[in-house]
Amino acid sequence: MADVFDRVKDIIVDRLDVEESKVTMEASFKEDLEADSLDVVELVMELEDEFDMTIADEEAEKINTVGDAVNYINSTQE
Amino acid sequence: MTNLLEGKNIVIMGVASERSIAWGITSSLHKAGANLIFTYRQDRSYKKLTKLLDKHDITAKLIVSCDVANDESITEAFSTIKEKIGTIHGIVHSVAFANREELQGEYADTSRDGFLLAQEISAYSLVAVTKAAKDLMTEGGSIVTQTYLGAERVIPNYNVMGVAKASLEASVRYLAEDMGKYGVRVNAVSAGPIRTLSAKGVSGFNEKLGMIEEKAPLRKNVDQDQVGDATLFFMSELSRGITGEVLHVDSGYHIIGG
Repeated sequence: MADVFDRVKDIIVDRLDVEESKVTMEASFKEDLEADSLDVVELVMELEDEFDMTIADEEAEKINTVGDAVNYINSTQE
Repeated sequence: MTNLLEGKNIVIMGVASERSIAWGITSSLHKAGANLIFTYRQDRSYKKLTKLLDKHDITAKLIVSCDVANDESITEAFSTIKEKIGTIHGIVHSVAFANREELQGEYADTSRDGFLLAQEISAYSLVAVTKAAKDLMTEGGSIVTQTYLGAERVIPNYNVMGVAKASLEASVRYLAEDMGKYGVRVNAVSAGPIRTLSAKGVSGFNEKLGMIEEKAPLRKNVDQDQVGDATLFFMSELSRGITGEVLHVDSGYHIIGG
């Protein structure tokens, strides 16, 4: 199974139509990847499906960068 | 069954993403042979829509911009449809909005502006669109909107949207009476909770899904395709004797009292 970061990256590239190279752990969804708030909600839903989990509203609000998403998923997959 | 809507021109309002209820409806109506016309408000929705249509190999007969908060925009959209398509036979209204802050906490805290905004976009828009479409529905037809149990009962956090949906359901009845004489039926589908972008805006949405799986007679959640097929029924002649109705597509959850 691919690394969490790679799976997250694939979803972001597909959903936000951005270059793969722009998707780094530090990239901010809103500032670097030009996502609006609806895009972020959509991404959270895609991640829930991909990793078969539910992300509570309070947790979803804290996801600002790609790294935030990857770290959150890693913390729940152990 | 496959050609139920052959030759019918149907306007679909409210596709924002692949998860949109309007997208499930698009699939069902497309399979039934309908000619589809889409309206969108935001550029982001236009991009999503064209990408989706492309991916699923569906050709739109027309795509027009329409902001339901603006009468001029509605008039313009429907005159473009009239000019390019002529007669239409159906409208799928799948549009709603409320401020996210007002989809949590106490309903008593709803602001005046927030209340009016939810009513305008989620309920009045059906009235405005019906008015604009009247001229184009010269061969009779069907108008279908989307509602939710929160219109009838208290659903935590649904708040201002529940009251807007109550207004929408009442509008369905009044519009059904007005439009009946022109051979146009007006109905609503009250779907169980579905994971859409809009639903995610309601605080604590995930718990609502769990409730249906646990308590609804069919013990499973509803999806966009089920709503699509129910809407197909309302769009087709199979439902020719039905108007002013709110049909629950919710695995039977609304009959449960405890």
